[in-house]
Amino acid sequence: MRTLRLIGLGWLFQFKQMSRSSFDSFLAILWPIFFGTVAFFMFQQGGDPDALIYAGLGAAVMGIWTATSMAAGTSLQRERWLGTLELLVAAPQHFSLIILPVGLATSTIGVYCMVATILWGRLVFGIELTIEQPLLFALAIPATLLSVGALGFLIAVAFARYRHAWALGSMSEYPVWLICGFLVPLTLLPDWVRPISWLLAPTWGMNAIRDAATGAAPLADIAMCLLLGAAYVVIGVLVTDRVLHAARARASLSLT
Amino acid sequence: MTSLRIFFIGGITAYRGLINWLSPWIFVPSLIVVPIFQILLFVFIGRSAGVQNDEFFAIGNAVQYASVPCLFAMTNAIAGERNQQTLAYILVSPSPRLPLFLGRALPVILNAMFVAAFSLAVTALILRLDIPPSTWAPIAIVIVISTFSCTGLGLICAAVGLRVRETAVLNNVIFGLLLIFTGANVPIEELPGWMQTVANSIPLTHGIQAAREVAQGASLADVDRLLATEFLIGVVYTFVGYQALRFMEHWSRKRASIQIA
Repeated sequence: MRTLRLIGLGWLFQFKQMSRSSFDSFLAILWPIFFGTVAFFMFQQGGDPDALIYAGLGAAVMGIWTATSMAAGTSLQRERWLGTLELLVAAPQHFSLIILPVGLATSTIGVYCMVATILWGRLVFGIELTIEQPLLFALAIPATLLSVGALGFLIAVAFARYRHAWALGSMSEYPVWLICGFLVPLTLLPDWVRPISWLLAPTWGMNAIRDAATGAAPLADIAMCLLLGAAYVVIGVLVTDRVLHAARARASLSLT
Repeated sequence: MTSLRIFFIGGITAYRGLINWLSPWIFVPSLIVVPIFQILLFVFIGRSAGVQNDEFFAIGNAVQYASVPCLFAMTNAIAGERNQQTLAYILVSPSPRLPLFLGRALPVILNAMFVAAFSLAVTALILRLDIPPSTWAPIAIVIVISTFSCTGLGLICAAVGLRVRETAVLNNVIFGLLLIFTGANVPIEELPGWMQTVANSIPLTHGIQAAREVAQGASLADVDRLLATEFLIGVVYTFVGYQALRFMEHWSRKRASIQIA
């Protein structure tokens, strides 16, 4: 219970802090709208109304990854700049329990992006998204947020000793948009890309959300999404231990 | 002679000093890998939507991505003085302002040219685009003019950056608007009328069109009107940016707010 409370309060604290940052919130909302707008124009030009709806959902979910990839890469560097990283590492709780809520908060910011992009598509491009299975849709979204947040956590700890982690975080934005099927069906990609897509939770999250919206069966995708999320957390904890051990042994946590 | 020295040596020194954070650890992910993936992303969206061809998106996005160094580096090359607490020393110096500010644009243009040309070359190889070698030199000239034009816009951002703290947000927003309006991914004639009007008055639009025509075999003479328009737009934006910098300097002296934003 204490662990859940720590994660919950950590998530709330980080979410409120990020919501006050124009870079983490305002830009994270606008960024997918820019790309969504271009994609809407392109699919509109293509003339297939179903494809436009496909793009509407994909562009909306893209925002979750944008919010996560941009912020997760910088999360530990931000603590470093604020001078709180050493204090957090020295806290009696496992460091993972402090950083996991950061990843979850970044993906939660993505809900703003998602809503904003859906509204933008509806109001400006007239894209009417009908949700065939609202309950499953409502289940698919938190599952996607949790798994993407877990991936954000993994990115944050994996780049803990990398001074320019933000560059790697933002570098991962387009590749994930491309290979997770947000706007491009996986069948259009080369065969060797597909196994990589399957290892990424956003692929399954996107499938689940799309299936729930169109009336297909999203439960398997939701389960896969959560399974991968759990795997990211386990790997993230192991990576955290290793990174902290190396940082302590070399006295290099502050990267000064 | 002094002005030329300030323009070339001062410009390069200021760029090296203020953009010292642009190490290979940042340059490679941000300015080598990301533009390639932006091109690939839109190529595949284009295939998915069944519009245009790969070359259309490769050229459009390569030239459009040059706006990242143009906007971010130009802003940092001037507004970064404030972050380093050196702005006051620059503004009290007797140096003529035109070479002082515009000299910093030269390395920015060179960097942007490299980013656009390299990303186009790599994606042309990956996607096996048919861009004949005879068109590479004319395309490079188009890229030079386009990056000059966009650096003018960067100069305006730099002036705004003397008063606004969130320059990264500002530059990202402008990058996003350029992505929509320049026709990098959507033909200008497919955009609504008011957007076409905006598109025709901003940097990169005409450069992208010219680069596409040159890649299809047109000569530079065939696209001279497009290039002249792009260059003229660049001159206008550079002039406005320079005037905005002078205004901000005047304003900050008047209000004693040089280091404040």
